[in-house]
Order: sequence, then C-alpha cells, then structure tokens
Amino acid sequence: MVPFSYTSVADPQAAVRRTSEGHGVEFIAGGTDMLQLLQEGVRAPLELVDINGIGFDDVSVAVDGVRIGAMARLADVADHPVIRERFPVVAEALHESASPQVRNMATVGGNLLQRTRCLYFRDVATPCNKRVPGSGCPAIEGQNRINAVLGGSPDCIAAYPGDLAVALIAADAELMVVGPKGERTVLVEKLHRQPGSTPHVEAVLEPGDLITAIWIPIAAGGRLSHYLRVRDRATFEWALASAAVSLGFEGTRVLEARVAAGGVGTTPWRLRAVEELLVGRDLDRALAHEAGERAADGARGYGGNDFKIPLLKKTVTRALMRVGGISPGEPA
Amino acid sequence: MLEVDKDRARHAVQPQHAFLVTLKVNGEEHRLNVDARTTLLDALRDRLHLTGTKKGCGLGQCGACTIIVDGRRVVSCLTLAVMNQGKEITTIEGLANGALHPVQQAFIEHDAFQCGYCTPGQIMSAVGLIQEGRTRSDDEIRENMSGNLCRCGAYTNIVDAIKDAIAHGLDPREAMTQAVEAIAQDAGREA
Ligand SMILES: Cc1cc2nc3c(=O)[nH]c(=O)nc-3n(C[C@H](O)[C@H](O)[C@H](O)COP(=O)(O)OP(=O)(O)OC[C@H]3O[C@@H](n4cnc5c(N)ncnc54)[C@H](O)[C@@H]3O)c2cc1C
Ligand code: SF4
Ligand code: FES
Repeated sequence: MVPFSYTSVADPQAAVRRTSEGHGVEFIAGGTDMLQLLQEGVRAPLELVDINGIGFDDVSVAVDGVRIGAMARLADVADHPVIRERFPVVAEALHESASPQVRNMATVGGNLLQRTRCLYFRDVATPCNKRVPGSGCPAIEGQNRINAVLGGSPDCIAAYPGDLAVALIAADAELMVVGPKGERTVLVEKLHRQPGSTPHVEAVLEPGDLITAIWIPIAAGGRLSHYLRVRDRATFEWALASAAVSLGFEGTRVLEARVAAGGVGTTPWRLRAVEELLVGRDLDRALAHEAGERAADGARGYGGNDFKIPLLKKTVTRALMRVGGISPGEPA
Repeated sequence: MLEVDKDRARHAVQPQHAFLVTLKVNGEEHRLNVDARTTLLDALRDRLHLTGTKKGCGLGQCGACTIIVDGRRVVSCLTLAVMNQGKEITTIEGLANGALHPVQQAFIEHDAFQCGYCTPGQIMSAVGLIQEGRTRSDDEIRENMSGNLCRCGAYTNIVDAIKDAIAHGLDPREAMTQAVEAIAQDAGREA
C-alpha cells in the first residue's frame, strides 16, 4: 500500500469540507471495498476520511417512506422488519450479498459505490482504462466472462457488480447527498454513469459529495417485489445476472412495473422495454416469457460473456413468475 | 502511474500518517504506534503477537481472520487498526476461560478441522452465528457460515459441532455473554 494519511470526522459538514479540498482525499466507511483496492494497489488515496462517526446509521420509518442512513450496515438493513415486510426486493438483495462478516461491516452508502470486479481493473499488472485512463481495455478481447453485455463502450465493458442499487431502482429510491454546494437528491437510477470515453468517472458525484441517506417512497411498498440472482456458487458471490422486479396489480393485471437487472450492465440497468410491455396486461406464464425476451434488448456479447444474454432473459422471466405467483414447473 | 499520484505534490491538508492508538483486545488495553495503513489483522498478529487470528487472503474472501468487534463478527483484514480504537475486540485467544469455550470443545469432539488453519476464524464466526440465532436448520447454519472457507472440506463436521455446542447448554443468546464474562474474569485475574 502507498502511504496515506487518515482523519476521522464527527459530522457530514466536516466530511464534505475535508474531501472537497482536493483530489485524492476519499471517504472510508465500512472499508470493505476500499481495503481490497488498497491491498491490491488499485487505489492510492492521499488521505482517508473516516465517516463512521457522522451518525446516519439507522433506518427510520415515516408515513410517506423509509429513510435508510448511508452508514447503516447491510446486515441491519436486511433484518429490519419494515424493509423485510414492505420492500422484500431490498431485503432479498442484501440478505445473501457478500458474507455475514462483510455484511456486518459494509455500509449501504459504500455498497452503491463499490468498484467493478473486472479482472483487469483489479490487477495492476495489466492495462485498464478505468484504472489508468488511456491505457487500453484488455477485457474486450480477453477474459470477459463477468463483464457487461449492456452499456459497454469501445473503452470499457466493466459490469457494475452490486446488488443493492438494482433493487433500489425497482423501489424508486433516491439518495440524499450533501456536498460543497449544499444538499440535493439524486435518483439511484441516475447515480451511475455509462463508461463512454471516460470509464474512470463512474458516478454523478463530485469531490466532497457525501451520501447521507437512501429514501424509499412508501408507494413502492404497496407493490409486490422480488430479487433473484444467479451466480457461480450458491452463495458468497456476486451475481452473473440478477433481476429486481416490483409490480403493482389489480387482480392479475399489472398496473405498475419496475424491472431492473444487475451483473449484466455497465451500471445497474433499468429495463424500461420490459416494464412497458407488462403494464396493462395480465401476468401469466406467456407474458413472463414474452417480457423476459425483451430484457436483453440492445445487448452485445464479447465472447466469454455471451451466455449472459440468455441468462438475463431467463432470470427476468423467472423473477416475474415468482412475483406473479406462477410456479416455474407447471407446463404452459 | 495512478491519476492521483500527480496530486500528491500539491496536497493541501496536513497529513497524519502515524498514530498512537489504544486497542482493547480480550479485555486488555494496548497502546501502540501504528501507521495509518496497518490493518487490524496485522496489528493483532504482528504487533500484539496474537497469532491465533490467521491471515488467508487479506481480501475478505476466506474468513480466516474473523474476530468479534463490539459483539459482531467481522473480518479483521478489511479494517484499519486506527478505525477500531475504543472498541471491544475479541480474538480466539480471548474465548477460553480456564476451560475451553463450548464451541472450541465441540470442534474438538466433532473433529471439525484437518489442518486447522481456518479453525480460529471458523470458531469465532460460529460464536457470532450462534449469538445471531441463525441456527434454525442445517441449511441456515451453512448459509451463515459461508464467509468461512475450509480447504480441507471439514464443513460437515463444522455444522455438527455448531449444532452440538447449541444442544449442550449453550443458549444462543448466552454465547456472547459467556465469552465476554470469560474475558472480564481473565482481565481480573491478571490485574
Ligand atoms: C468478499 C466480498 C464479497 C462481496 N460480495 C458482494 C455481493 O455479493 N453483492 C454486493 O452487492 N456486494 C458485495 N460485496 C461488496 C460489498 O458489499 C461492498 O464492498 C460494501 O458494501 C462497500 O461498503 P463499505 O461501507 O465497506 O464501503 P467502503 O469500502 O468504505 O467505500 C467504498 C467506496 O464508497 C465511498 N463511500 C463510502 N461511503 C460513502 C458515502 N456515504 N458517501 C459517498 N461516498 C462514500 C468510498 O469513498 C469508497 O470509494 C462484497 C465484498 C467483499 C469484500
Ligand atoms: S472493461 Fe473497463 S475495467 Fe475492465 S479492463 Fe476494460 S477498461 Fe478496465
Ligand atoms: S484474511 Fe481476512 S478474509 Fe481472508
């Protein structure tokens, strides 16, 4: 590890002040992604600003929604009775993410900003445009089994690996952000940027911007929802493909639909074509299949990750069936 | 060269790299000088010579370094020593109180290891698991021990050992209390 200095702060304003002073001053929360990247030499901050003392670590329930403090740990949010009951898509996304130990440490704010698992990004012996702008992208013609099939550019095809952000999109969540210019809100759906020609810029946050909370409006709690992920081993692994589905029904007719996918896009990926197809129709097995077929609209494989295209379609179909109470085993 | 290296020269804030920290480990306070980069795992092993906590991957992926901090199981390789001041840290060395802790005893009786390298992490994780109460079925135990890898494949016996520790009078809610009391008694004896 390259030497860095360390300070801890007791309130959001101090955190913002310290990190807006210049490049290379970074927040550390649970530390679980930061320490991995420091150990591997992928990141070399000048200073880490420890934000564990700022509070914002609880879940509070209001009449119009739920506020999850950015410092809340994954384990606590996954176990929160209101999250489990009203927003199962969020609880399920967290429940089997990482390991019990990591879930006790990792914060929800840090989770949204975790960096890609692209093999080249995490290996400093290789070039990578995201890590060293302009050095090239070996993944496009190399080992790209875990990389993205949606949203890639000629400069980067790294998949966004996290689960929580995908579920939050299906729950219409937004973020409370405090920065040098004051407070604002950012839809989770708008947090991450496509790689384009600047894959090293991943989020719409500026230096000094601190996420203080996640807000989930209660409307999302009135829908039925589910998070389904498919991965290389049963647990303790990032998703190869995942689907977050949140549907409002009248009988079997879909009134409102939110569908997002993880593990397949350069950002958490909202599937608007799937949503549009569902609204106003009766959800049955045939519709679940028809909608799943649209999940990979615009997708492109790079060899090693071609399998993700059919996998994504099936994952979305399966998640829709689950929310619609349609058993996957019965004949059509 | 990383982008940030260019900014090193014109870094404005007053940097502090070395820290005198107080770590409370197994009931005892230790004051030591650490670099900001020192992980809690390295501080425990290399500075306090508590080598029961093992280093496997250093990346949070194997669980060998599992300890309990403020009542929760964590991996000590993914946190900095300087971030853990004033917290109650329990390592495998702090578990036994004259007699072995029930989970330690059960691991021996069930032969829940071969080479033994992952064992301190497995045991600390199991103590955390039992306290969380996520032990209602074999599947639940397996899922919630998934953060601890065992290359010898002693998994079956690990699940048996955990169930036995619970069955033999180790009330889940008491597991942590017992560990904490053991530490307090040890600290008392030494004082
Ligand atoms: C072994 C392992 C397995 C994992 N498996 C999964 C998985 O299956 N699914 C999944 O989704 N994730 C998984 N993860 C990722 C893990 O969930 C994230 O590392 C974790 O949530 C990051 O949170 P943190 O608090 O530790 O962040 P840190 O490491 O402290 O910070 C991460 C980044 O976020 C920034 N940051 C942190 N908090 C804020 C804030 N409030 N405002 C602005 N910026 C902030 C930091 O500056 C840093 O850039 C896994 C991690 C490990 C180590
Ligand atoms: S896909 Fe992106 S992160 Fe991976 S090597 Fe290419 S530029 Fe780097
Ligand atoms: S050494 Fe910490 S999890 Fe492997």
